Amino acid sequence: MMQKYLFIILGLFAVLSALMVVFEKNPVHSVLYLVLTFFAIAGEFVLLNAQFIAIVNVIVYAGAIMVLFLFVIMLLNLNKETEPHKALWMKFGAVVTGGLLLLVLVSTLKVADNAEVNPMNTNIGAIRQLGTVLFGQFLLPFEVSAVLFLAAMVGTVMLSKKDIK
Amino acid sequence: MGLSVFIIYKAILVLIVFSISLFMAMYSTYAERKVAGFMQDRLGPNRAGPFGILQPLADGVKMFMKEEIIPNVSNKYLFILGPSIAMFTSCITGAVIPWGTSLHIAGYTFPLQITDINIGILYLMAVTSIGVYGIMIGGWASNNKYSLLGALRASSQMISYEIAMGLAIIALVMHTGTLSLRNIAAQQSGWHWNVIYQPLGFLIFLICAFAETNRTPFDLPESDSELIGGYHTEYSSMKLGFYLFAEYINMFISSAVISTLYFGGYNMPFVHRLGLSPNLEAILGVIFLFAKLCFFIFFFMWVRWTIPRFRFDQLMGLGWKVLIPLSLFNIGLTGTIMWWFHKI
Repeated sequence: MMQKYLFIILGLFAVLSALMVVFEKNPVHSVLYLVLTFFAIAGEFVLLNAQFIAIVNVIVYAGAIMVLFLFVIMLLNLNKETEPHKALWMKFGAVVTGGLLLLVLVSTLKVADNAEVNPMNTNIGAIRQLGTVLFGQFLLPFEVSAVLFLAAMVGTVMLSKKDIK
Repeated sequence: MGLSVFIIYKAILVLIVFSISLFMAMYSTYAERKVAGFMQDRLGPNRAGPFGILQPLADGVKMFMKEEIIPNVSNKYLFILGPSIAMFTSCITGAVIPWGTSLHIAGYTFPLQITDINIGILYLMAVTSIGVYGIMIGGWASNNKYSLLGALRASSQMISYEIAMGLAIIALVMHTGTLSLRNIAAQQSGWHWNVIYQPLGFLIFLICAFAETNRTPFDLPESDSELIGGYHTEYSSMKLGFYLFAEYINMFISSAVISTLYFGGYNMPFVHRLGLSPNLEAILGVIFLFAKLCFFIFFFMWVRWTIPRFRFDQLMGLGWKVLIPLSLFNIGLTGTIMWWFHKI
């Protein structure tokens, strides 16, 4: 029962801080709200017995990617006065594309077959379980995505080089 | 164990760990000055109390009494949030460290660890990576170019060294086969300290620990000769005290982590042969852990007063071009040796 309430509270918190990301005028505040959102989502993962995903979410998203976001925004030193405002048609286009993305996500979730998960199985998100599944059942997709990441990394290094020989 | 007993025991344990962290941090400031004095052939603090033993208290009172200045242009909430996050993150790391085995009192078993989550090491990594926010937010909210530069240095340094630290830990986890700090400490009974199996990993971890705690030779975020005070230039009173204090708590916790991961934690060889009662042995284990930990705190100070500061590009070069390849090599080496001895 308590878990259910915690889940709802965290969910509300996540949605609220996600909305604040959009509505906040100052970009640095937006980034900080996004970090809060990630924490709320990590909390949800813990309640779902997925400790590993929760902690990786914190390490990778809140701890590394958002720090880089913050880093760039602080260096750019954006503020309300100097920030150029987008044209109206651009805002409209952004709303439409965002809505379409939402539609796709919702429809995917609706169509996906809800495999029965035993809620009593507390090992479902444990790291040993996850490792066995990742390196057994899903070995090929896992390795393919690893190669993809490597390619992205090499690409980044190449792009950030000033003079490519 | 009943729920009420459980809650009382956990509350007491949390309180003890918290106050010991604060106490150790407090007296680390004193020890740091004494060590500095010793290294530079001076006396160090000797005015407040016998041998200057009350110096940390005097410093604390001074910090509280000083005028608190919040710059007019800075963002007030974020300005206060910065040191709070720094202090908070350094205090919550003590929760997963196994301070000893277990005490057996009145038929109950009380493990001397606040919580044994099965991803203890990752928890430590997560908390360290969040610690950056304290410095970044504080530096940015000060609205001062020196502070911002210090904050940017701190964040880029901590992110860079986190990678090498994580890779060093991966090699350690390959060897131990568990992410729980309690199991890692228990595996190292007798002479099976991980430093023997992972000497290179230990070296990388140690260097990264220096960088993560912003200690000399990696204290570029607050290098006084270039950036005045770095990220805490605009801070005064107890907010400055929080930043400085957080650094000492971090040092204490990193020493505890190094001792637990690589130097056997609460284990000491030949203790089992003394034939002591389990409770006494557990208490002795805590004392051994603190002895190892105090050595590492001393080591942190020793290095600080021996080695001069790096240049920032040297620091980045060391992190990305030396430590990361070295830790990748360490992972390969660990894997090869494990394969050779049919451990996989």
